[in-house]
Amino acid sequence: MNRRMDPTLVSLAAALPVLLVLGYALPDWLTFYLQVSLASGLAALAVMLQMRAGLVNFGQGLYYCLGAYAGGMSGHFLGITDALVLLLLAVVLSVAVSFIVGFLVARYREIFYAMLSLALSMILYGLLVRAEALGSTDGFNLPSTTFLGYAPEGQALREAGYVFTCIVALAIAAAVHRYLRSPLGAIGEAVRENELRVEYLGASPRYVVHLIYVMAAAIAGIGGVLAGISVGHVDPNLAYWTTSGQFVFIALLSGTGNVAAPLIGAFLLVMIRVYAVEYSPYTWQMILGGVMLLIIMFLPGGLWSLTRLRKKGGLT
Amino acid sequence: MHKKTMTTFWTLALGLLTAAGLSQTGTAHAQDEEIKIGFAMFLSGAAAGPFGVPARNGAELVVEALNKGEFPAPYDGKKGINGAKITTVFVDEASGEVVADYRKMVQKDEVDLVIGYISSGNCKAIAPVAEEVERLTLFFDCGTPQVFEDVVTDPHYLFRTGAHATLDSVGAARYLLADKPDTGSIAGINQNYAWGQDSWRDFTAAVEALKPGVEITTEQFPKIFAGQYGSEISALLTNPADAVHSSFWGGDLEAFVLQGAARGLFARTDVILTTGESAMHRLANQMPEGTVIGARGPHGVFAPEGPMKAWLEKAYMDRYGVRATYPTYKITQAILAAKSAIEMAAGDSMGMPDQESVIDALEGLEWETPSGTVRMGIANGHQAVQGTAYGRFKYSNGEATVVDMTRFDAECVMPPDGMDGLEWIESGFKGAEDC
Amino acid sequence: MLTYVAIVLDGLVYASWLFMVSVGLTLIYGVMKILNIAHGSLYAIGAYTAASLVGAYFSAGYVPVLSFAVLVGAALAAGLVCGLVIERGVLRFMYGQDEVLMILVTYAIFLILEDLIKVFWGVSPYFAFQPYGMLGNFDVMGLPYAGYDFLLMGLAGLTGLGVWWSINRTRTGHLLTAVIHDREMSTAMGVNVKRVYTVTFVIGATLAALGGAFTAPKISVTPGIGVEVIVLAFAVVVIGGLGSIGGAMIGALLVGILRAAAVHLLPEVELFVIYAVMALVLAFRPYGLFAAPEARKI
Repeated sequence: MNRRMDPTLVSLAAALPVLLVLGYALPDWLTFYLQVSLASGLAALAVMLQMRAGLVNFGQGLYYCLGAYAGGMSGHFLGITDALVLLLLAVVLSVAVSFIVGFLVARYREIFYAMLSLALSMILYGLLVRAEALGSTDGFNLPSTTFLGYAPEGQALREAGYVFTCIVALAIAAAVHRYLRSPLGAIGEAVRENELRVEYLGASPRYVVHLIYVMAAAIAGIGGVLAGISVGHVDPNLAYWTTSGQFVFIALLSGTGNVAAPLIGAFLLVMIRVYAVEYSPYTWQMILGGVMLLIIMFLPGGLWSLTRLRKKGGLT
Repeated sequence: MHKKTMTTFWTLALGLLTAAGLSQTGTAHAQDEEIKIGFAMFLSGAAAGPFGVPARNGAELVVEALNKGEFPAPYDGKKGINGAKITTVFVDEASGEVVADYRKMVQKDEVDLVIGYISSGNCKAIAPVAEEVERLTLFFDCGTPQVFEDVVTDPHYLFRTGAHATLDSVGAARYLLADKPDTGSIAGINQNYAWGQDSWRDFTAAVEALKPGVEITTEQFPKIFAGQYGSEISALLTNPADAVHSSFWGGDLEAFVLQGAARGLFARTDVILTTGESAMHRLANQMPEGTVIGARGPHGVFAPEGPMKAWLEKAYMDRYGVRATYPTYKITQAILAAKSAIEMAAGDSMGMPDQESVIDALEGLEWETPSGTVRMGIANGHQAVQGTAYGRFKYSNGEATVVDMTRFDAECVMPPDGMDGLEWIESGFKGAEDC
Repeated sequence: MLTYVAIVLDGLVYASWLFMVSVGLTLIYGVMKILNIAHGSLYAIGAYTAASLVGAYFSAGYVPVLSFAVLVGAALAAGLVCGLVIERGVLRFMYGQDEVLMILVTYAIFLILEDLIKVFWGVSPYFAFQPYGMLGNFDVMGLPYAGYDFLLMGLAGLTGLGVWWSINRTRTGHLLTAVIHDREMSTAMGVNVKRVYTVTFVIGATLAALGGAFTAPKISVTPGIGVEVIVLAFAVVVIGGLGSIGGAMIGALLVGILRAAAVHLLPEVELFVIYAVMALVLAFRPYGLFAAPEARKI
């Protein structure tokens, strides 16, 4: 890094006060969509992290769900309500599971990586559906969250949840950005470009993929906890393949150019859906699919590729 | 990519938010002479056909009739609700963001009340939110007793205008053992998700309470929406029982009936379909005669004859070309509860009265519906109690109907106030010993 | 004993169905390297078309036996129309894109088709049960089976043979094989790859529709039936080896028998038996049972 501040980091830091101000300025329902989309945006960020290494995870819902359930079960059964503790528990669980599973998954590439991760998330889905103590498909509700001993209620709780989500999401995004700029992050990209050459250079692609897999799991787990906290309810659908498919969709729609892209993309997707449902309650999926096709056709690099277009324009 | 990234980042982010923020300022505010109801039900996915759409159609039909003053007595007094025109907003329960959509209806669309939710999971998620945003919310269909037993034990803004699922399983067990007292063994095929698991658990508990020692030969839990039940039917045939219980619904129910009937399962054993009514008109003569069917309450063919039922059946048939099924009855029941309570609370004033007075009126409310009289009897007057009925399917003169119908009073199939459904069943139906 | 006979028979019936719904998927992947999520929708469209046509056929009062021909006709019509529209209208602009991006393209097509089905057919179920009962029942050791299920088994076997024969014994099949092995070289040798793609996709779509058309008499044709099929077909195809016809057959048999065994002996695990098999197979054979491992390109 040179002496100038990294613009993405500056932007992320500046985004926090803006989001907080917006939290007060915008109506409640809109900040709620914002909050929920930051949570799912983190899972999409996890997918994007893997995409940077050429890996597409069609089962990221596994860790999104695992995180949400880790948080939810600690709250529901152990009475732990502190958001930071829940976050920590989710990360520990996600990292533990992904570390073990990673030995298997890290051997796979391309479509097989996608399919194996999909199978694993569907196994979790199956297990949770059988778990009657956890409410099966109905899931269960989370108790109100506390923040380092601060136990707000009603509107204050909502606001605290929003602030917490914003801080965590932006901090994670900043951390991922720093990682991607580090030498280790660069190897990830090299794995995508040409794995064999990475080996010739003395690095182990399998080790790199394993590491990325675990990091992505932790991030998705955090996203899951945030989703659980904001919605107040968890259910096995978080691990269903369509949920994971949505994360892949967000990551591709927004592009892999910048860590902020999946966060913005998640919100964009939610808003497209809300208005599609409003204008055409019976065919909103068709609108979503149409938008998707148009983006893939005309902006194959995702929305973020608009930056590049502009830059090209600037050069000529 | 230095400055450019930053600019793009902000253009994208702020543009989005402003667009979203601006668009909401254009929303028309609900006027005083209008009462706005937000409806939530499945408009896509597998639950849309059997439940969501019949409920939505019912809502459209009833709202229109009320607005025109065409709904039969005793609701022919004031047009709309308390003289105010009813307007509607619909959201799709299958959107994946149920809680966010609920908040949107309350805060952006500024609905006066919400009527909705078919999925029990969604009800559990919405229940605490309704209390948080303090908006009157009526669940019309979802079955899980947990809503008031576990999730919101001290409800204020939340009501359920239909009976909960305990009624279905207890009614089925009572019907079976009254009709065939020598039943010695039962088997089950239920979808592998909360509704199927709970239904089977309650049913077996109720059978055990009514006649201890009945054997269970096999319990099958195929994946929901599986569609192919060949193996399960073989398992039911190779482990024969006197009666087979199923809480299947929608396409699964219809596929199971087609495949089971073709392979003689229905001829060999009694089959109880707790939601059978929602499919009987469509299956018509494909449903084997003698199958025990229910309607999750006294709805549809089980509804008592009267002007309201006659009107609903005819109006629905005229407009949609098919028979009305229980989701239509249940949503009608919810809309009429709202109308009754609002008009009771309003007294002489026009339009929507103060929400608190409506809640006061709803608590313990007793109101007339096409399915008979319903009372907000338990959970501090927030949970409706209602009897139910079961009967055997018969197809005659091109009409699907039921014979050997038995009605059960509310006290016989639903727990008394302050008692959980399963707890009540396992206590041997405390307070309902005479049923 | 009866239980084991039932397991084998139920397993075969289910396997035939699985094979019917996944053979088109593996064919399209093998040739075009597209994992087609819209496959489920094509299955659904086949089922809806069949249900509508069979309904009309019987109300017109024609000879009942020929209704099986109506099922085939419905599949051909649905597959041809949808296959051509999707391939010519969308996919051909996307060739050469990343495999994963293609999944997303077909996911978008899937979303559009699901709503189009609702627009065309509404949400009320359609039935085509007449052909189902026509073949009567067979008793196997006192356990009745529908004759129709045996017809499905035969159909699955024929379809498998037909596809295998077309690929291995016909000129078009050889062209196909050439394209599978090396698209660029085939182009250089004068193979019209674009045409091969069109033909393959239409055949794959027709196979999906055929699966739907012949399932229609057994089920209630409702919105959402396609979604359920996609993941099952994926699992079967991945287990067998993406792109391998024989693999799809073995995958279907494996899953079919194991699932039937679970239903009869251990109903608790039925829900995830298929995914467990998939994960296990992949753990030991990363590319599925029947796919050749690919050479790493430098």
